[in-house]
Amino acid sequence: MAEISPEEVQHVADLARLALPPEELARVGRELNRILVYFQELQELNTDDVAITSHAVAMENVYREDSSRPSLPVEEVIANAPDSAEVFFRVPRIVDK
Amino acid sequence: MTAHEVTEQIAAGQLSAQEATEACLSRIEAVEGQVNSFVTVTPQHAREQAAQADQKIAAGEASNTLTGVAIGIKEVMCTEGLPSTCSSKMLESFVPPYDATVVECSRDALLPMVGKTNMDEFAMGSSTENSAFQVTRNPWNLDCVPGGSSGGSAAAVAAGEAFVALGSDTGGSIRQPAALCGIVGLKPTYGRVSRYGLIAYASSLDQIGPLTKDVTDCALVMNLISGHDPLDATSAEVPVPDYTQHLTGSVDGLKAGVPVQLLGEGIDPQVRDCVQAAIDQLQDMGLECEEVQMPHIDYSLPVYYIIAPAECSSNLARFDGVRYGYRTPTETDDINELFSHTRAEGFGPEVRLRIMLGTYTLSAGYYDAYYLKALKVRTLIKRDFDQAFAKYDVLLSPTSPTVAFKIGERADDPLAMKLADICTIPVNLAGIPAISIPCGFVEGLPVGLQIMAGPFAEEKILQVAYAYEQANNWHKQRPAL
Repeated sequence: MAEISPEEVQHVADLARLALPPEELARVGRELNRILVYFQELQELNTDDVAITSHAVAMENVYREDSSRPSLPVEEVIANAPDSAEVFFRVPRIVDK
Repeated sequence: MTAHEVTEQIAAGQLSAQEATEACLSRIEAVEGQVNSFVTVTPQHAREQAAQADQKIAAGEASNTLTGVAIGIKEVMCTEGLPSTCSSKMLESFVPPYDATVVECSRDALLPMVGKTNMDEFAMGSSTENSAFQVTRNPWNLDCVPGGSSGGSAAAVAAGEAFVALGSDTGGSIRQPAALCGIVGLKPTYGRVSRYGLIAYASSLDQIGPLTKDVTDCALVMNLISGHDPLDATSAEVPVPDYTQHLTGSVDGLKAGVPVQLLGEGIDPQVRDCVQAAIDQLQDMGLECEEVQMPHIDYSLPVYYIIAPAECSSNLARFDGVRYGYRTPTETDDINELFSHTRAEGFGPEVRLRIMLGTYTLSAGYYDAYYLKALKVRTLIKRDFDQAFAKYDVLLSPTSPTVAFKIGERADDPLAMKLADICTIPVNLAGIPAISIPCGFVEGLPVGLQIMAGPFAEEKILQVAYAYEQANNWHKQRPAL
């Protein structure tokens, strides 16, 4: 499989919302290529007729009563916010004027 | 002192919970400067809980055998009103407004919490060197790592700073540090213990469990934390036995498989000799042992390093600098820039790498080749275990391929670091329980024996572990700090 290119590394960083400086992008690119080579081993195995396992312990859908229970007080929740105003989280404007 | 010795002495009126807790706090005072097990020590909190425990005990109202026994809790678990940083700059200022379910169990039973233990950032690592705050040292040799990611919990128990501790295990993060620090560590079956309030790394693999000085203490902590929790939809509605009832000292009638894939290449010869000696001894005690082939185990590492980072890239998307935690000081009017700078600055290098790896393997064009393929191979690995447990009660292997390594030795070699988990990772992929117990020393450093069993068969593991422990003295050795 082809090596992951610097452009691809940048694209992945954009998808992951990580503003990485050039030297860090280069480091991550090198590490990714080392690891991806290692993943090739899996191609040795024929898995055409194998079902996936997303959870090891089989489980049915879990339902609960649709009933209310106390939630955390807003003041306690907002207390951890890096920037807040009254009972709101403050962020840069996300809709146009 | 073990936790059960503490409770026995409290019951006999020879010791109070407050005295026992003070002993831990003094020990922390004496050795914490060398070991660095804790990110936060909570003496005031511990003293209040110990005083309440003594009142309950005096009134005959103690709600659990472990009431009054000082505990350390890993930074990955939410503790109401007390910092829960995940050893990350991202959560340095985070004070949860609620308790994880296991923390609530511990708080309700009045186990005085002496502190929050150090870990690899967001539980990603095998040495606790990835903590954003401090390097924890192995109490047996201060130049060595304690293992990880629950290295702080393991070091705290081994050094006598807490009687018991809680850790979390995604690929070996309870068992490997337990092995390297010469104590007992159990990863329960997926779903046995509630994950509510555990800050998620890889949700299909994460599980909380005990780190203790011996197998009896392990059974007591399992009794405290196991069971269904409506707040965790993946927690299992399977009855919880009294685990202490299975500490019989006998292995009669039980059969064990020894996977050849876990005792071959890659295992240090001296570690292999220790583990083989333990297997031989168990055989002499009446455990029927034979070799078993589990060919797909060899693929566990690549499967794990696709699945775990994929789940992590999704789970850690929540850290965006809006609702809690770190926010970049960079002034910006673009929300995406706010996210991207916050995340690049708040996460450490290993966490950034795993988020990148997971984002890549899940991205368009690569999903089938990596993620889907890994989920299919996971099925093959699980099938190997299902077949083995149709024949055997337990499986035996080393916990870690080596004893504790030097601090800094593997820090620049991520692949060598990841090999530390070759014996423990298959267990998480299969969702089964496994314990590590001390089974010898190589050059003064402890070796761990791993005992695995089928889903919800923790009692079989504890039975075999206890029988082995009774016939040996490894668990009574203490580091000379």
